[in-house]
This record gives sequence, C-alpha cells and structure tokens, in this order.
Amino acid sequence: MNQPTFDRGHRMLSGCGLSGLMSLTGERVDGRAIRESIGLLHDRSNGLGGGFAGYGIYPDHKDHFALHMMYYTVEAQDRTEAVLEEAFEVAHDERIATRPHPNIVDPPTLMRYFVLPRPSQLQESGLPAEEYVLRRVMHINANIDESYVFSSGKNMGTFKAVGYAEDVADFFRLEEYQAYIWIAHGRFPTNTPGWWAGAHPFTVLDWAVVHNGEISSYGINRRYLEMFGYQCTMRTDTEVMAYLLDLLIRRHGLPVEVACDVLAAPFWSQIDRMPEPKRQLYTSLRRIYGSALVNGPFAIIFGRQGEMVGINDRIKLRPLVAARKDSWLYLSSEEAGIRAMCPTPDLVWTPRAGQPVIGRLGSDIVVGEPGHESAAAVVGQEV
Amino acid sequence: MRRPTTKKNTKPSPAAPPSVRKPRVARAPIFRPNDFRWTHDADACGRCKRCLQQCGFKALSWEDGPVVDPAKCVGCHRCEAFCPQSAITIRPDPQHFRPHPLWTDAHRANLWLQAETGGVLLTGMGNDLPYPILWDSLLLDACQVTNPSIDPLREPMELRTFLGCSPDQAQVTQTKDGPSLRAEIGPTLQLETPILFSAMSYGSISLNAQKAIAMAAVECGIYWNTGEGGLHEDLKPYAHRAFVQCASGRFGVHADYLNAGAAIEIKIGQGAKPGIGGHLPGEKVSKDVSQTRMIPVGSDALSPAPQHDIYSIEDLRQLIYALKEATNYEKPVSVKIAAVHNVAAIASGIVRAGADIVYLDGFRGGTGAAPTIIRDHLGIPIEIAIAVVDQQLRDEGIRNQASLIAAGGIRSSADVAKAIALGADAVAIGTGALLALGCTLCQKCYTGRCSWGITTQDPALTRRLDPHFGAQRLTNLVQAWSAELEEILGAMGVNAVESLRGSRERLRAVGLDRTTLDILRVKPAGVGA
Amino acid sequence: MRIDATNLHYRDLNRRIREAVAAGETSFELVNINGQRYIADGLKGHLQFLIDGVPGNDLAAFMDGPTIHVRGNAQDGVGNTMNAGRIIIEGHAGDVLGYGMRGGEIFIRGRVGYRVGIHMKAYQNTRPVLIAGGTAGDFLGEYMAGGILVVLGLDRRPGEPLVGDWCATGIHGGDIYLRGDVDPSHIASQFAAVRPADEAHLQQLRPHLEAFAQAFSLNPDQLLDHDFLHIAAVSHRPYGAKYAA
Repeated sequence: MNQPTFDRGHRMLSGCGLSGLMSLTGERVDGRAIRESIGLLHDRSNGLGGGFAGYGIYPDHKDHFALHMMYYTVEAQDRTEAVLEEAFEVAHDERIATRPHPNIVDPPTLMRYFVLPRPSQLQESGLPAEEYVLRRVMHINANIDESYVFSSGKNMGTFKAVGYAEDVADFFRLEEYQAYIWIAHGRFPTNTPGWWAGAHPFTVLDWAVVHNGEISSYGINRRYLEMFGYQCTMRTDTEVMAYLLDLLIRRHGLPVEVACDVLAAPFWSQIDRMPEPKRQLYTSLRRIYGSALVNGPFAIIFGRQGEMVGINDRIKLRPLVAARKDSWLYLSSEEAGIRAMCPTPDLVWTPRAGQPVIGRLGSDIVVGEPGHESAAAVVGQEV
Repeated sequence: MRRPTTKKNTKPSPAAPPSVRKPRVARAPIFRPNDFRWTHDADACGRCKRCLQQCGFKALSWEDGPVVDPAKCVGCHRCEAFCPQSAITIRPDPQHFRPHPLWTDAHRANLWLQAETGGVLLTGMGNDLPYPILWDSLLLDACQVTNPSIDPLREPMELRTFLGCSPDQAQVTQTKDGPSLRAEIGPTLQLETPILFSAMSYGSISLNAQKAIAMAAVECGIYWNTGEGGLHEDLKPYAHRAFVQCASGRFGVHADYLNAGAAIEIKIGQGAKPGIGGHLPGEKVSKDVSQTRMIPVGSDALSPAPQHDIYSIEDLRQLIYALKEATNYEKPVSVKIAAVHNVAAIASGIVRAGADIVYLDGFRGGTGAAPTIIRDHLGIPIEIAIAVVDQQLRDEGIRNQASLIAAGGIRSSADVAKAIALGADAVAIGTGALLALGCTLCQKCYTGRCSWGITTQDPALTRRLDPHFGAQRLTNLVQAWSAELEEILGAMGVNAVESLRGSRERLRAVGLDRTTLDILRVKPAGVGA
Repeated sequence: MRIDATNLHYRDLNRRIREAVAAGETSFELVNINGQRYIADGLKGHLQFLIDGVPGNDLAAFMDGPTIHVRGNAQDGVGNTMNAGRIIIEGHAGDVLGYGMRGGEIFIRGRVGYRVGIHMKAYQNTRPVLIAGGTAGDFLGEYMAGGILVVLGLDRRPGEPLVGDWCATGIHGGDIYLRGDVDPSHIASQFAAVRPADEAHLQQLRPHLEAFAQAFSLNPDQLLDHDFLHIAAVSHRPYGAKYAA
C-alpha cells in the first residue's frame, strides 16, 4: 500500500494497527507477508513506531536466550557487555543485520547475543533459568542508561524502530528470517514520544505483545506488578501487559484462557448468572486479580513459543478480526489486513469481547473460532 | 455526744492562707459569649409553641411569645425547621471584641470557660479547625480522544468491592469441565458499592438512629458497625451485615455477639480521639443501653485508653486469633486505628498480626464526645494515611493480605473517588450518615440533648426519628453517591472500581508542596503520563 | 467507470471518484478493493457503486443518496451519519455501523459486530433502516432515537445468541425488531419495553423485509413467517429521575 501521491506525511487520527500470523503445523515463512499486512494498515499509525516479532527464527541457537540490544552510547555497550559477561555464557554475538533506509534515521547500535546463564551463578541464585534471565534484563533496563534489552526469548526475536512498520521490516531485512509465528505493530503513540525502545512489540523472555488502545488502569496495574519485582522502564503502558502475562501464566501457572479472563474479566452481571462452580471461580479471580484487570480499550496480540493469542477488552472498544486458511491462523485490526496476507481465507470471524483466539502449535483447533469457543465463554451461550 | 470544749481563738489557723477563697459559681463579672443570636418575627409568629416543644436544649421559654435564653441556644436549628411561619432566624453571634488573629473568639471563650470550671473542654463530631483539606487540592483525571469515556447511564459500571484477606495468586487446575479453583479463599465481605457506615455505638446514638443505619446497610448491600455499644436485640435481624466491635470496654461482647456479625472489629483508636479512651456519661446509660452494654443503669460507660490486653503488637496478634478461634475462622477481623504519625508501620504490623482489614480513621473523624483539645490537635489527615499505608504494604509485598477502609471527613463522592485512587478499598462515613438523618452539626452530641433525636437516649427526643424514614434517607445518600461514582469512573474511562483503586496516576495535585506530593506519590497538575 | 484499486491509496481512489462524479459519471465498479477507507463519503445524488473486495473503514460516511453494493465483507463504521441512500453488503460487517444514521437503508446479509445502530435518529420524513441478516454483538441500538433496526438471525448456530448484552441501552425512540428468541437479560429493561410484535408492527416491517429479501434473492415470506420481538423506548426522557432537582 503506497503513501498518498500528493500529501506525504499527513497524519490521520486513527490509532495503532496490529497483525499476526501463525502456522499451526510449525511451517516457517519469511517476513514478507506480515510486512504486507501491517503495511496495509499504514493509516492506523503515524510513523513514530513499528515492529515485529518472529518465533522460530534462530534454529541454530534454539536453546539459547537471544538477547537483542539497543545501545545509544559506547559506554552503554561496554557496561552492558560487562554485565552480560558476568552473568552469562555468551555462545555467539553479532550485530543485527540491517540495511540503510531513508525513513529510518539515527539508529542505535543493534546487537544480538545468544546466551545461557552461567551454571554456577544460576545454581547459586536458586532461580529457574527464565527468572534469572528476567532479573538481569530488568536490571540492565532499569540501571544502565542508554542501553535496552528489547528481546530476551529463546528462538525468537523482536525487531522494532521509530518509523512505519513496513519500513522497519525493510530496515531489519525481515525477508531473510523464517518464522512460524509473526506478529506486527504500527504505532500511533500518544502517551510517549517516538522512541525506539518504546515501539511495540513489548517483549520479555519469549512473550511478545502488540497492543492497540490505552490502558486506563495503568497506574494500578503498574503498582501491582511492582509488588512482584517487575520494573516498568519503557515509558509506555503496553509494558504492563507483557509483565502481567509473564506473572499470571509463567509465575502463577494460570492457563492462558484463565489469564485472559483476568485481563478482560467478565462483568459481575455475567458472573452472577453463571452456574456454580464457575461463578465462584470467576468471583475469586476478580477478587484476587482485581489489580490486574486491564481497563480501557484494547486489542492485543501476544505470542510465546508455540502459541499466538488475540484478545479484546471486555466491551470490545477496539477492532480485531481473525481468519483461518487450512492450518494457518491470521489476526489483524482490519479484515483488509488479513486479506493482504491471505486473499482467500476459508473462514473470517470477529472474536467476542474478552474472548481469546488461541492458536497452538500442533493443534488444528483454534480456541475461539466459531464452534470452538473456550470453556470460559461468555454466559448466555451454551457451548 | 459530748464534744470537747474549745477556746475561741483570735488568731487565724496557720494552715489556711488568708488571701485564697473558694471561687464563686456566679458568672458575673466574667463574660461568657453566646454562640448564636436567636430572633423571631413577632408579627409572623402564630403562637403555636412548636419551637418550645422542639428545642431539646430547653433554650426557649414562653411569655406571650417565645423567649430565648441565648446561653442555651446551640444553633441546632430544630425550632427554625419546625416553625410553620418560618418566623425564626438563627445566626452566629457576631464578634463582640476587638478582633485578634491569635486570640480568636473561640480561644477567648474556651479560656474563660476553663477559668470558670477548671474542667476539660468537651465537644462532639469532628475537628473543625482550618487545617488544610488535601481532598480539595487533588483533582481527578478524565479521558479524551486517546481513550473513550464511558456513559454509566447506559453501559456497565462496576462498583462491587470485596473486603478481606486475599491470596497472592489463584491456584487453578484444568479439569475436563474447565478450569477450577484449587483453594478456598478466607472469609470475605462483599459490598455493592465501596462505602460503609462507620461505627457509632448504641449509646452515643439512639436506637432508632442505629436501626435506620442498619436497615439502610442491608438495603444497599453494604455494612454497618455496632460501635462499642454492643448489639441490641432489635438489631439482630441486621447483624448479618454488621461489623461487631470489640473495644477496650468490651461492652456487650460475648460469643453469640461475635458470631452474629459479618465481621469483627478490634477498636484500638479512632480519629477524633487518638490514644485516649471513650466516655459515655451515665445520663446516656438508659435501661436499654445498660442491657445492651451489659453494665448498670446510670453508670458511666468508660472505655479505657488502650485495650488492656494489647500492650504490644504480639498481643494484638493474640487477640485477633482468639477472636478467629472463637468464631471458627468464619469472620474477617478488622482492626481500627487512628491515623497518627507512624501509621504506616503500625498498619504493617497489624496486617502481619493477622488482621484481614485495616480501618484508618483520620483526624477529622467524628465522635459523640471527646475532649476538644484532643479532637482538634492529634492525628494526621486521612489522605496522607491512606497513601503511606498503601505504599508501605506494597513495598513489603503484603498489600493483598488486608483491605483498607478509610474514614474521617468523607464529604462527597469526590472524596470517595480520591480516597480509592490513593489506595483505599472502601470508605466509611459517620458524620455524613448523621447529616443524612437530620443532624446539623451543632457539635453538642455529648450533652444527650440532641433535638433531632439522633445522639440522645431521651425517649421524648428519640421518638422524633422514624427508623424507616431515616433508612430511606441513608439509602438515598448511598445511591446518590454511587451514581456519582459511576459518573466519575465513566469520565475516567474505567468501568470497574478496581481499575481506579490505588491508581494514583489518575490524580493530580494543585498547590501542594514537593514533600507532600512525594508522600502522596501524586504528580502535580501539568505533568502528563 | 471501472477502477482497479490494486495498490491505490484511498486518497487517490476517492479523489478519482470525486473528479469523475463532478464530470457527470454516475456508475462505478471498484475492483481489487482491500481496506481503502472513506469510499463514497459525503457523496450526494443518484450514484451507483459496485465494490469487489473488502472496503476499509467508514464506507459511505455522511453519504446522502448513492447506492453501494459490496461483494464481500465490510469493516467498521459503515454508514456513519448517513443521510440517504442504500448500502447492500453480501457478507458480514464490523462494528459501529450506522452510527448517527438519519436516513437511507443498510442491508447486511451476514452478521454484524458491536455497537451497531448507535443513536439512529429520525427527522421529519426521513427514517433510517438497518437490517442485519445474521446475529449482532453487544450494545445493539444503544441510544436509539428513531428509525428501524432489525436482526434476523439467519444461519444462527445452535446456542448462539441473537444479540449480545446491553441491547437497546439508552433507547428513547425508534423500533427494534428481533427475529427469534432472546435472553431477556440481554435487553436493557430500564430503557426498553419488549413485547411480541403484533400485526401493526409486522405491517411496518414488511416493506423493509421485502426490500432486504430482494437485495439478497431471499424469500420474504420465509423471513416474515417467524416470531418477532419488538423493542421500543419506555420513555422519551429516560434519565428524568436521575438528578436531584
């Protein structure tokens, strides 16, 4: 999709755009299709941020944590590499491949490191490897100025910058990567200035989140997360989404569907109509996790190894469309975004408010597709 | 009986200095200013004598028309409200003396009264001195453009609130029927709106007043509080929505009482009189009060300053668990404290001692009777207390272990919203509830002469308040505030109160100094996200 | 006039359309449409559009007269503040359709999304009509002030609700017709009076269903031969009692 021929740079107030695609069988594709999709949603962003996450892109280092780094100063790089050296065994490091692009200006130094926690340190810490990595990442982001870890998962990576998403894709040469999940975002920032680290996706360990909307409960979501040691450093409200997912799913062990029911909880009027013991479960969830309820309009797509999920807020104030063709799952803010990657889908549907669409590697059934709404489906519908 | 004869002495006894005499009770020549000027329009007066009947303070007599004893008029406005001719006017009495910024009228009057009586000044209701009101320096956010506001008249808006200890996380297992919760949560209170009625004992207020409050609590799906006066028989039908208080005097506290309520509250202190005990004068201990409190008629009801079995934090833990054991762990236990300087540390200790709810009462909190000097000069503002307690509990990672109730001068739904944004789970209203029942805040509750029939036990006065009428007015108030809270939440783009709770990000301050801003952790207006 | 919209930005597409209209063109076939926004916005008169593909958001906003036929699905914002004209969509359509619509007709063969028919209003002789062949999401007819809103529930799956929650919340005018059974708790009862549609209602409904049936080659009698619920406002001043005077 081209820019208008006579009026470059004219901005329309239209909010952010999201897209995602997943092969349920794990078949990998390069970044061109997702680039087309997010490029079509060009008018949903204002060129101040774009980004992608791909899963399965580092098969040669699939058991290492792939840390993607942005350095704004040489000193930041030196200090960070000292921390990395101390905490990790670095199997391989290199600059992230890019090509010059007229619309992507003043890039920071972009590096990636394939690491594992140093065994002695890991043992001494008594932490699981993920937790160890998470804490080091938080430490770098909070304490080393001008240095940001913007991706820290295994066999996955985030690529983001200030610029339109399709330009970011070209800059990072996404056509050279092969992934079985791609998610993408074009940003129209209102709360924070255009800033490379503030673009989406928001990534922590192998969670990557793209978000359209504004979190009106950010103040309490953030304070709640701080109680558990998460530090919000990226100056953008989407950060809390990523940490909430990590907290609820990885640390608290909630199933993905239940975590979605925390973020986009059913209304009391719906809970009160539920049969027992469901009613008690949902009442308890809201009680325990009231500070994790995400209020305000949102549509998010998030991924982790083996899963891609799309979900709306509980009154669906933001758009999200889903589609399937054979064993491919597509998500986008607009149907047109899906058709840019898949012109003739077999099935197109709109997820219900607060109900996740979940694609799982190895499962041909997508949770949330018509006829397969999750067990946590809205009251009033006998599934 | 024969007495020894004494010789008359001409010399005075050396033990009695000649210059001191016992003070005379008569007032003159020391001036005692009157608080109010009572006048009436003699032409309009219909001579119905209703004003005489209505005055609980016996300030009016009759001589071919009403005649006032200005020393007795407390400005309760009952006579004015009931005059069918609207012939009565009551104004604060204008200043008589040369104005002085330091020696205000009130200071002079208090000092003269003390010189006259040698006594401790008494008062009722809450602190009326012009300390800063932080609510009035805090403003709430609203959503525009980047986030839609919500119209609560049409779209769902949720105020439901839970109080009690909540676990850190949910233990969920997947069964073939879907997800299921592994562990039960402890005893919990469910409120349909984040407002409760604060503790006002039967004794400090009339039974009719307490009944009105209890009925309204049931109607609104919230809770009321027995205060330290025990639970009257007539109120047992409403006990299932009551906090039963266990205070230092242990009035009316026994096993059935503890099990009758929805929650138990250990009263350590209250905002109006931090650190000191309570005193219900014997004249307010009627037969009914005596029965409910389980003390003799006419005897003063004295609540000691500390609970004598709580001299240190581990003692509190002991009492909390004694109560839990006595009620089979079925009732959440609340601990009520006055907001004082180290309230954050105290609150943390209380939570670690096993309390499920911490009730914070700020320095503006009301009372039926308290020494004026204590009421007016001790404690800290509730706004600060909520902020520091909430933050302290979060820093220690224990915020979920107890809910916070905030009280002490909550005047409107805006104060409620701000209290919640600072971190309170719910607020309690005392003065607000009494105002709804007809109180005009004359601050003479301690006399037991309340013309409105609220803070009295005199049957001639108590019958003036119909509990059903009172319950309706209280229900109206709670509903009005709840509707306003929904409007506020909607304007903020939030449709559930838990998304405002603790979200200081939605507050901005105007005119507060840097230190206060840091303590409140609220940004000044003008600073964005 | 045929326009191939492949790789055409909406600014250029719509400019070409407007220039053609000014030059007297009245019939357009737009092919390879995918996501271009604002098509036919603000256009007046007896124009015809045939759209092949998925038009972008805000199709026919402020439109005042033309007819649009979409061969496929549509997205959000169709017919925003539309004054007159007709829109026929063969597939599904998204959220916020017919917002503030004042006149004209929107017919969607498939399902519709959330917040459909918000604040439809009638004025003098103009009355808007929006008919959805499938099911609808939450907040249908919110704040309705006038016009006719119909949900037919064709191709409804067993157990699938005809409409979502908070249907007709804030309604203070207009008529809503629902074909089939509805969980009463889904309808905002403090605003809406719900009753089975009677003869007079069906008389009102018939010509519109006939037009819908014709647009999609359906049998109108089959559509009508069913139980309909009728929803109307309880009061024109639903918030009268809310405020303290």
